[in-house]
Amino acid sequence: MSPRYDQYRRFRNAFMSGLFVLCAVLVVSPLALILFHLLREGIGALNWSFFTQLPKPVGEAGGGMANAIVGTVILLGLACLVGVPLGLLGGVYLSEYGSERWNVWIRFGADILNGVPSIVWGMTAYALVVVPFKTFSAYSGGLALGFIMIPLVLRTTEEVLVLVPGAYREAALALGIPHWKIILHIVLRTARKGIITGVLLAMGRIAGETAPLLFTAFGNRFWSHHLSEPIAALPLQIFTYAISPYDDWHRQAWAGALVLIFLVFCLSTGVRLLSADRKKNRAN
Amino acid sequence: MPGSSVQATLRPASTTRMARSGLGDRFFQSVTFLAAMAIALLFILVAYLLYRGSHLSIEKFGWRFLLTSTWDPVAEQYGALPLIYGTVVSSLIALLIAVPLSIGTAIYLTDLAPLWLRQPLVSVIEMLAAVPSVIWGLWGIFVMVPWLRDHAFPLLKRYLGFLPLFQGPIYGVSMLAGGIIVAIMILPIVTSVSREILRAVPDLQREAAYGLGATRWEVTRIAVLSYARRGLMGAAVLGLGRAVGETMAVTMVIGNRPEIARSLFAPGYTLASVIANEFTEATTDTYLNALFELGLVLMGVTILVHILALILIKTIATPGSRHA
Amino acid sequence: MAMSLDEKPLTEPAIAPPAARVPVVPPTVTTPVPAGPAKSALERPEVVFDIRQLNVFYGANRAISNVTLQIYARSVTAVIGPSGCGKSTFLRTLNRMHELTPGAHHTGAILLLGESLYGAGVDATIVRRRVGMVFQKSNPFPTMSIAENVLVGLRLNGVRDKALLRQRLEESLRMAALWDEVKDHLGRPGISLSGGQQQRLCIARALAVRPEIVLMDEPCSSLDPLATAKIEELIQQIKRDYTVVIVTHNMQQAARVSDRTAFFYMGELVEYDETRTIFMSPSNPQTEAYVSGRFG
Repeated sequence: MSPRYDQYRRFRNAFMSGLFVLCAVLVVSPLALILFHLLREGIGALNWSFFTQLPKPVGEAGGGMANAIVGTVILLGLACLVGVPLGLLGGVYLSEYGSERWNVWIRFGADILNGVPSIVWGMTAYALVVVPFKTFSAYSGGLALGFIMIPLVLRTTEEVLVLVPGAYREAALALGIPHWKIILHIVLRTARKGIITGVLLAMGRIAGETAPLLFTAFGNRFWSHHLSEPIAALPLQIFTYAISPYDDWHRQAWAGALVLIFLVFCLSTGVRLLSADRKKNRAN
Repeated sequence: MPGSSVQATLRPASTTRMARSGLGDRFFQSVTFLAAMAIALLFILVAYLLYRGSHLSIEKFGWRFLLTSTWDPVAEQYGALPLIYGTVVSSLIALLIAVPLSIGTAIYLTDLAPLWLRQPLVSVIEMLAAVPSVIWGLWGIFVMVPWLRDHAFPLLKRYLGFLPLFQGPIYGVSMLAGGIIVAIMILPIVTSVSREILRAVPDLQREAAYGLGATRWEVTRIAVLSYARRGLMGAAVLGLGRAVGETMAVTMVIGNRPEIARSLFAPGYTLASVIANEFTEATTDTYLNALFELGLVLMGVTILVHILALILIKTIATPGSRHA
Repeated sequence: MAMSLDEKPLTEPAIAPPAARVPVVPPTVTTPVPAGPAKSALERPEVVFDIRQLNVFYGANRAISNVTLQIYARSVTAVIGPSGCGKSTFLRTLNRMHELTPGAHHTGAILLLGESLYGAGVDATIVRRRVGMVFQKSNPFPTMSIAENVLVGLRLNGVRDKALLRQRLEESLRMAALWDEVKDHLGRPGISLSGGQQQRLCIARALAVRPEIVLMDEPCSSLDPLATAKIEELIQQIKRDYTVVIVTHNMQQAARVSDRTAFFYMGELVEYDETRTIFMSPSNPQTEAYVSGRFG
């Protein structure tokens, strides 16, 4: 091995290392860019009326996204009603019951469902609810989002439950506690932080979903008085305003985006706080 | 194993699975079983509803649907080809940009980055993944596209304009813009999956290479990347699956013109975008059915791609499945 | 003859105690102890477990061969033998935990106070309420306080009476020699205790449901000598009211703590007799070799 070649190898090593650093920088920069622009464009339009008023008609300045913010919260609630029970109980089944042979297929299926484009869930909810009832509604929007939640919560729940040590199950069995009570009161209780984490993560994911709501919740310029009416949602409103030709609406779209990303980050920071808590407890 | 104390096993639940008895247990087990069956039900539901919603179109157009290159609902012409083309091209562009960057970042994270930097970097990437599609689209319309139109594209045209890819009028909204924004959106998932794959490479492999006096890059190339090749392909295919289904951000920057053009500066249209844009405007049954059929194609492609990705990833992620 | 194990109410002791039920006296108070409780158990040996021709399998592997023995009430029976001889397997068949391992089965009969443990219609959950178990590594439930841990067996089986629960809590913790150490902070998490205390908490938890028998699977093997001594002491105390079967790889512990000892080797019961006999004058040469330390 000549020293020339060694020099070349060292140079190549340094070059590649530099390249990888560059990759990391490039990957991280979009986040910096988008946060920067969100803050710059959005902060200006954030004021009290933004949070409390309804959208004004086209051409009139001002107005807000109050109904969209409330609508997002309502849709999240409806989605959880669908997604959490089914996902949680399904995860319990995979972890505590079932034969390993079939469970592999259920897991595989859930993983594939997690990759289905969200607009397809919108089409499903449309065919299932909007068509028979001949109206767009919060119900259909919540259902579409709930469809997305089910496989998500199922997988995270199962992953957490499997981590509960078998020693606790054994100890409970030896006390003569029925199996289902063991699952409910001991296993689920031990895993509760992880389960909540999974649910919060799923909520953070669906809070930003627009496509499934385009033809289910549909959006509303006014307050919805009933869940069977079309309902406004933050991502929908941002989309509508963004593609409109009005500058004022553009500014409000940025403000709405700021609020939305704040909501999403809150949900995932909640996750981080909970899991940091868990790490501390485990260290004890 | 006779005599050994059956303590916490690898799969702890297996020791308690047989402990069923009584009404409460049977009921609870049935309830959880039904919930798990929701997965199967969802598959059936989606497939059935999409098929039922599109059967008119399927009957009327048959396979020609996928090959006709005109999508003109006003003239009642429904050809999926430009949309398939748009989806494929934008996804490929996204992969070309994102996969090298992601794998490079994953390598940086696993082997090169100082320890104190790793967790913050991972957190940043997780935050990147959390940004909703519509917000990327918003940023795309008002920040990225104008910049591309005024700075990046003219540069590309000047230096690479001999290629038909970079010829033609520049609008800003374009197939290339669509590809770039999708690339940004799939960066997080490809990076994190790649990182998992690289971490699964046993240290023994690395140590063997170091022991032979290899430099860091050589260790990475020889011991890590070749071992992880299949898994990394899986990560890329997973990114492809994500890219194919991306809707909102793409719709906002791709121009929404159903044409097959050679130039990347020309507007395009994807399967997901057309559904998003035109679903509520579909006035006739045929129109709606055609859109449902596009949804069916989209779903079919996504499922196939994901199955492929999962197979590739799981074959490396299983411990002990490879010989040293 | 009833073939199913009736559910004995958790609120009553199952075996009539020798005297009226009095709160267990803490070790520091001296009361005239009847001369050798072991002796009285032998004089009127009430058989708690009647095991006949027991063979236990994991799939095709036979772990226990043709074991026949009787466990007597209110005594401590030690099960000793080298690693892999089947002690733990034997123990786990006594409370129907063995069957939870996939592929596990057995032949032969186990009678608990005359009723077959594995008879048709017998609910394993109820068996496990009557035959309690303490494990090798202490496992108090992490999300529960000390009090909640002790009472979880009662609560989850429907006992609501607050006065009874309070009484059981104190009784069980006293029997486990833990009451004085924790009585002022019963609300603290169970896992905040030391290793030895956690194991005593698990004992209290097992005792709280008033099982008829307490099985202990090497309960002191992960504890220091001081904690071990405390547990051996409490075993001597609780045998006034409970029957104890303890698996141990520590021969000295068996000699200290038990009234009768069973020596297992390679899945077979080699010898079973009074502890004194096993250790001083065993009949079987294999037993002699083991207890004198010639092999372990």
